[in-house]
Amino acid sequence: MSPHDTIRRHTISILVDNEPGVLARVIGLFSGRGYNIESLTVAEVNEAETLSRITIVTSGTPMIVEQIKAQLDRLVPVHRVKDLTLDGPFIEREMALVKVAGTGEKRVEALRIADIFKARVLDATISSFVFEITGSGEDLNRFIDLMRQLGLVDISRTGAVAMSRGPAGL
Amino acid sequence: MSTGTKLTGADIVLKALRDQGVDTIFGYPGGAVLPIYDALFQQNDIRHILVRHEQAAVHAAEGYARSTGKVGVVLVTSGPGATNAVTGLVDALMDNIPIVCLSGQVPTHLIGNDAFQECDTTGITRPATKHNYLVKDVNNLARTLHEAFYVAKHGRPGPVVVDIPKDVQFATGTYRSPGESQPKSYRPQVKPDLNRVEEAVELIASAKRPIFYVGGGVINAGPVASQLLTQFVRMTGYPCTTTLMGLGAFPASDPQWLGMLGMHGTYEANLAMHGCDVMITIGARFDDRVTGKLSAFSPGSKKIHVDIDPSNINKNVQVDIPIVGDAAYVLEDMIRIWKARAKRADQAALKLWWDQIAVWRARDCLRYEKTDQVIKPQYALERLRAALKGRDDVFISTEVGQHQMWAAQFLPFDKPNRWLTSGGLGTMGYGLPAAIGAQIGNPGALCIDVAGEASIQMNIQEMSTALQYRLPVKVFILNNQWMGMVRQWQELLHGSRYSNSYSEALPDFVKLADAFGGVGLRASRVSEVDDVIREMIETPRAVIVDMCVDPKENCFPMIPGGKAHNEILLGPADQPAQATPEEGMVLV
Repeated sequence: MSPHDTIRRHTISILVDNEPGVLARVIGLFSGRGYNIESLTVAEVNEAETLSRITIVTSGTPMIVEQIKAQLDRLVPVHRVKDLTLDGPFIEREMALVKVAGTGEKRVEALRIADIFKARVLDATISSFVFEITGSGEDLNRFIDLMRQLGLVDISRTGAVAMSRGPAGL
Repeated sequence: MSTGTKLTGADIVLKALRDQGVDTIFGYPGGAVLPIYDALFQQNDIRHILVRHEQAAVHAAEGYARSTGKVGVVLVTSGPGATNAVTGLVDALMDNIPIVCLSGQVPTHLIGNDAFQECDTTGITRPATKHNYLVKDVNNLARTLHEAFYVAKHGRPGPVVVDIPKDVQFATGTYRSPGESQPKSYRPQVKPDLNRVEEAVELIASAKRPIFYVGGGVINAGPVASQLLTQFVRMTGYPCTTTLMGLGAFPASDPQWLGMLGMHGTYEANLAMHGCDVMITIGARFDDRVTGKLSAFSPGSKKIHVDIDPSNINKNVQVDIPIVGDAAYVLEDMIRIWKARAKRADQAALKLWWDQIAVWRARDCLRYEKTDQVIKPQYALERLRAALKGRDDVFISTEVGQHQMWAAQFLPFDKPNRWLTSGGLGTMGYGLPAAIGAQIGNPGALCIDVAGEASIQMNIQEMSTALQYRLPVKVFILNNQWMGMVRQWQELLHGSRYSNSYSEALPDFVKLADAFGGVGLRASRVSEVDDVIREMIETPRAVIVDMCVDPKENCFPMIPGGKAHNEILLGPADQPAQATPEEGMVLV
């Protein structure tokens, strides 16, 4: 397999006008052209200029990822597209809410593991906890896998948000 | 009028159109656009052409835009008005035609309530347009309209929809002039990176077996781009081929032109593409109809790719020197650098290359059986070509299918903006409304729709539009009683099982022309062809010509789906080396 065919995960930051339909344009581009979305997060980041930041985690060959970026860039409400994976070191974080139900030793063990992962308890009953955990996607996966054996009931994940290291902005 | 004038939404629409230099729009009224139609009625600056179907409104606007270089403007109502326009919008998107389509919408308070003639126009047209807008506040209407024109014509051109609810058309708001309405984010790059252009010029000068591969982007860059291209190609002495969309960007009468390339392109163009060592691609996008089998596409060449849209670069084919920019700017820089560095082609190598091309040309790939027993479609077009010789005012549109490919092969285009065909989407029914749009934009010109008997029925109702506006458009039907291209593929790929491709129960086109108030002419014998063509050209009214051609003729050369350029078939006797592979069968 040549490097041209290697499928790699990319985290892309996109600055867009916060206007109706902009998310549909981005998502429609991915579904219409057959690109993959692993996760997508969006929220307004600049109220004065009504700009939103979208973080998309996708995967593809270098040619496909180059296409994805070029296609995103030509959307009219898109201001900036940055491939964090290619443009130097970056930080990526995700948050999850994880509900675990159980009693006795399993309940104690869940709390002990949560402590190791620095997960916070947001809600507790005699028979359940809701944990908040923040970390890399893999951290969250490992935590959730452990909780599966201890009475996992529910998961809600945000998808990744990301930012480059160093002083430069998007 | 100065900034800040208060007007109704409908009047803002008309003022914005005027300020954008629009004098003609194509449309069809309905409930949700009545205020705009009322405003149209009360003014004389903007002419409205009433079509008979909204799809035709967009195609007519495309024909107008392509033949004049202006933005084509469409006005349709909500619901079915907008959905009928969708085919035209996608057509304009695929072929990069600047269109602004205004659609009426139900009043804002009814949006989302499944109101009468409501549809989610912006939702439906999002993938059908370059961009679209729903204007919910009359104070944003003028700015949005100006932005729509900016987006439609800048960068890679395309269709833009502005959806305007009826209450916004009635409401009073502030008008803003074009100068006050710049879009925030859309700034396409038009000037190239000079380092890249210098690199490209060095590569071009070092070529042994070069070819210019030119597409519709050069035509979209304006007539000056075609002049610069012609100048540069002549300076180098290199061969040049054009895509279907690029016909006319380089003069067909120039000996350096190899004809069109691609699936039904010439033998010499396709083999030169296959065998070249430097490919100079300008405003073309390596479409599957051009490349054939991707893995075998021009395997030995270094590729330069000039395109205004970065997403076109490395989309299908990896290139060596990508240059993002407007074709006219890039060509200007190339010529300047070529001259400044006193570049000269490698004459010895170039002679060998032209000798090789001469061998390919000698195969005479467009030859066909000459007979006086039946009118060959190619013969009819050759006679049309002869009748048009020396005229500078001819615009040719087409429908889609065999006749379209024959027209591309047999009619010569020495200038840009004279050839109007649906290349990307391949829309049957395109040609008649496009000819109407071209005729509106070029009164007094000779506008001919080269059609097939199947395609023409898809928008035949537009004969009524032609008659209403006294447009002397000519519909030149190559009637072979088959959906010819479908039948050709069934013959080559599906064991001659002609499933539903026979044109059963055809109307009598001569009587049909008569019924619309036009003139119908028919040629069934070879001896009648010239007279019918002459009469068609001399008749100062809309004409339908029923040219009864050989029903069995197929269109060659042909590169079957999934095959490489050098596996081109030259004629019916030329059997493929091996059966078309399955991966080729699934290609359209």
